[in-house]
Amino acid sequence: MLLIRCPYCQSDLPELEFRHAGEAHIARPEHIADVDDATFAHFFFYRDNPKGLTYERWRHVHGCGRFFNAVRDTVSDKFVTTYKAGEPKPDLPAAANANEVAK
Amino acid sequence: MNSQPNRLVGKGRLTPAHKVRFTFDGKSMEGLAGDTLASALIANDIHLVGRSFKYHRPRGIVTAGPEEPNALVGITRDKARHVPNVRATVQELHDGLNATSQNRWPSLAFDVGEVNDLASPFLAAGFYYKTFMWPQAAWAKVYEPFIRHAAGLGTAPTEPDPDAYASRYGHCDVLVCGAGAAGLSAALVAAEAGLSVIICDENPKAGGALRHEADVMIEGIVGWDWAKATLSRLAGLSNVRVLTRTTAFGYQAQNMVSLVERVSEHLTDPSATPVRERLWQVRARHVVMATGAIERHMVFANNDRPGIMLASAARTYLNHYGVAVGRRVGVYTANDSAWAAAFDLKAAGIDIPAIVDARADVPEALVAKAARLDIRVLVGHAVTAAGGKLRVSSMCVARADGTGETEVIPVDAIIMSAGWTPSVHLFSQSRGKLRFETETQRFLPGQHAQDASCAGACNGAADTAGALSQGIAAAEAAIAALNAKGKASTTALTTTGGTSWNGSLIGAAPGAEAGKVVKAFVDYQNDVTAKDIRLAVQEGMHSIEHVKRFTTNGMATDQGKLSNMHGLAIAAEVLGKPIPEVGLTTFRQPYTPVTFGAIVGHARGALFDPTRRTPIHDAHVKAGAVFEDVGQWKRPWYYPRAGEDMHGAVNRECVTVRKTAGLFDASTLGKIEVVGPDAAAFLDLIYTNPFMKLGVGRLRYGIMCREDGFIYDDGVVGRLAEDRFHVTTTTGGAARVLNHMEDYLQTEFPHLDVWLTSVSEQWAVIAVQGPQAAAIVGAHVDGIDMSADAFPMMSVREGRICGVPTRLFRMSFAGEDGFEVNVPADHGRAVWDALMATAEPLGACAYGTEAMHVLRAEKGFIIVGQDTDGTVTPQDAGLAWAIGKNKTDFVGIRGLKRPDLMASGRRQLVGLMSADGSTVLEEGAQLVADPNQKVPMTMIGWVTSSYWSDNAGMPIAMALLENGFARTGEKLYASAAGGAGFVEVIVRDTQFLPTQKTGADHG
Repeated sequence: MLLIRCPYCQSDLPELEFRHAGEAHIARPEHIADVDDATFAHFFFYRDNPKGLTYERWRHVHGCGRFFNAVRDTVSDKFVTTYKAGEPKPDLPAAANANEVAK
Repeated sequence: MNSQPNRLVGKGRLTPAHKVRFTFDGKSMEGLAGDTLASALIANDIHLVGRSFKYHRPRGIVTAGPEEPNALVGITRDKARHVPNVRATVQELHDGLNATSQNRWPSLAFDVGEVNDLASPFLAAGFYYKTFMWPQAAWAKVYEPFIRHAAGLGTAPTEPDPDAYASRYGHCDVLVCGAGAAGLSAALVAAEAGLSVIICDENPKAGGALRHEADVMIEGIVGWDWAKATLSRLAGLSNVRVLTRTTAFGYQAQNMVSLVERVSEHLTDPSATPVRERLWQVRARHVVMATGAIERHMVFANNDRPGIMLASAARTYLNHYGVAVGRRVGVYTANDSAWAAAFDLKAAGIDIPAIVDARADVPEALVAKAARLDIRVLVGHAVTAAGGKLRVSSMCVARADGTGETEVIPVDAIIMSAGWTPSVHLFSQSRGKLRFETETQRFLPGQHAQDASCAGACNGAADTAGALSQGIAAAEAAIAALNAKGKASTTALTTTGGTSWNGSLIGAAPGAEAGKVVKAFVDYQNDVTAKDIRLAVQEGMHSIEHVKRFTTNGMATDQGKLSNMHGLAIAAEVLGKPIPEVGLTTFRQPYTPVTFGAIVGHARGALFDPTRRTPIHDAHVKAGAVFEDVGQWKRPWYYPRAGEDMHGAVNRECVTVRKTAGLFDASTLGKIEVVGPDAAAFLDLIYTNPFMKLGVGRLRYGIMCREDGFIYDDGVVGRLAEDRFHVTTTTGGAARVLNHMEDYLQTEFPHLDVWLTSVSEQWAVIAVQGPQAAAIVGAHVDGIDMSADAFPMMSVREGRICGVPTRLFRMSFAGEDGFEVNVPADHGRAVWDALMATAEPLGACAYGTEAMHVLRAEKGFIIVGQDTDGTVTPQDAGLAWAIGKNKTDFVGIRGLKRPDLMASGRRQLVGLMSADGSTVLEEGAQLVADPNQKVPMTMIGWVTSSYWSDNAGMPIAMALLENGFARTGEKLYASAAGGAGFVEVIVRDTQFLPTQKTGADHG
């Protein structure tokens, strides 16, 4: 079982308290009714499936209830960091290199 | 036979006076307290304990520990407590232990299945894939039953497990896996520095290799005694938890290690403890793996004859249990440590006819000591075959280079050692990277992936002294990594004695090389020989993973603890590649078999999943309701009266609701309170319907889509105030709808000032439906004008009912005049009882979920998840009216404009009636236009809901049908129940009852 740090509760808590909520940093188009098919397809259907660092959403569903973002390594399952919804996507080249170890 | 003829007086650590009686295959025998089943059997001169998996060859005890591949037996306490495939080498003896051999018929010594051994040319590697290719039909009836019958292990008990299992979490600074010399020294040093420590070992006692290395002295005392003293010292410290009989079987992410503690397996009376086993999930800041090493067997012809075993095992049986494995014991080795076993046996008075060492060079000291003890030494020789069948009787010895004569030496046991394989299972599970040490031909821990260290034989320590110093070093590393405040007082431990664990032979021994047609077993448990591995490579299996699966090498319950390195070396030799290039197969959890009971713990029976009951539940029980499970909920399905079957009850309930009235417990509906200045704006975005202009006191039926435009949920929303809505969801959708709303509120529409609160369990809901509904409800209401003018359909009023607060919804899911009475959950039962007391004299009744389904279907109301399946749009469901035409945004607005969703000919929800007016269709039945077309037919839809309707006087059904709206009046065919042809159906609308002026529209 993973330990996940909730950036709102500021605490490492067991995975059981959380629910995965898909890829992060996919913003709903502002005027969604007007976007073309390709834009909508990329917004709704297309997802990355990286080997290595992935940016994803989690919800502390059995805790504070907040959605937040996380950077996790899909190879080692290690969480590099978690951060509040709305905060910018962190740039993590160092963490990406650290991934080599886990491979 | 003498009792325990192989028990030696004055040898071992058990107390001769502590006698224990047990049975093996029905025969009563005697052992000593502290024995394993294996040591007690050998004490009684029994080596033959089972038959092999595939060839049914007689098999004996090979090891003295958890790596045992052969000696698998069934242990029976009573009818329900029978454990198959127990390793006799770890089963502790207790009074009354009842063990039976497996995979033999009619008896262990005479087994009919043994013909498989003669048929072995046809059962070579991959025989499944070759022999049973065709005809395909024979697989299910002939081949598979035959294979399953012939090849097998023990049988599982058929009765439910009567024992209890516990589960606990543990947290510590340092978890030490293994309480041998390395683990003990690591735990001691870490604990002395003040770190919290958990140390576990799969054995009942600490000591590891010190159990057989009787000559080792640590800090001036016998190693085994030092281990015992150290463990009790650790157990006395408040910051240490000692777990014996506890196997670390799995290493998860973030230093979580799974342990299983066997609490009662060694006890005569298992009821003496509250649980049989306890699962520990330990989260450690640092893990020290001190998991030891496992000795390998020599791969030579007939190396599986009972009486042939590992040298360390023979030494364990002698030095710990005081048992001689034979009286005339041959030794075959490629490694120093077997010599120590030979010397110990000789000193105990056992005849050692020869030490055969396959190596060309052997340390002078060993040869000299053998000479002193008058033991014949054959260096550079090989045992080319073993004689005997139910027990080894001789060993054939020749020069390792194949020259010269073969000598046959009579023996009654052979002990062997090809060297030691470090137990890197846990390390590998932790995702650490292994490295291959060429000089010693071993895979050793390389780079760690987690906060952990390895110490002792698993980490390549050459002897006890090395293990101790590595243990101390691992603890010191943990102390530094964790910034422990204290300091360890132990910095070094002195040792004398012991042998080297290095030195190695992997692969087939001389005499079992390529080209030799002999049965030299690599994997005892799965009957894989050296020849099988070579064959697999020759047949094109060049990846070690393919070799493993083709031959099944290492795939038995022992997971190749003895066999993997041999298999790898033989494959590498045939491939002509260095071993690290061929690579190891993956080490998987669990390290040794773990019972399902331990994994499941308390989560079975009533505790498997929570049961949810409404506040009115007991009233339904009293009324004799039959319940159905809806998710975790128990819902009344129907209320049968004397002499009524289900259909009779449902028909009566449906007719009563339309004629008089019915009461229905709708408390399971999801309820969400949406509050805040932007509550209306939020709901306007979440639902397809417009919500901005919904008046206070009004209800609206709402459809919720996902962004893709497909129906996600539906429900009725009431506006209680400008800034307060009472939202209902489907029973099954309650949690996910709240999650869906929270997701949008928190991440896409955070500018909206809205609060969402789940109130599903705060409100009990009683639906009162039918012409008499207003009379029934009105009799109990305070402060609400019940007239249709003041309180029209699709309205909500707040007031009191039966003296308690209510949110009274005037609405109907049955298409009648009706109410949904929301009251605080604690009052639900009292209000139900009061309403029933008024309803029953009027001829009304309670109705269940089945009647509810029929009633709503009679009016064409859908059930999300039954009439929709996540590919149905509001338009497809005939609910286009629910989409706000003037809205510029809502969840799903863009998805609904996708070309495929706007295309014509989509599957649409229609009504169906059976042409014969009597056949009730099967839900899920497929629809076709032409029943005489060729198979596979073109299917154009399916039945989603189907019932007999007494109110309509005919069967009614709904279906999702391609281009359904345009097919009204068409004759189609629905597949009949049980594949019995087709039922002729006619497409129609979903309004099955003549429309009356009820006002019960969707508003």
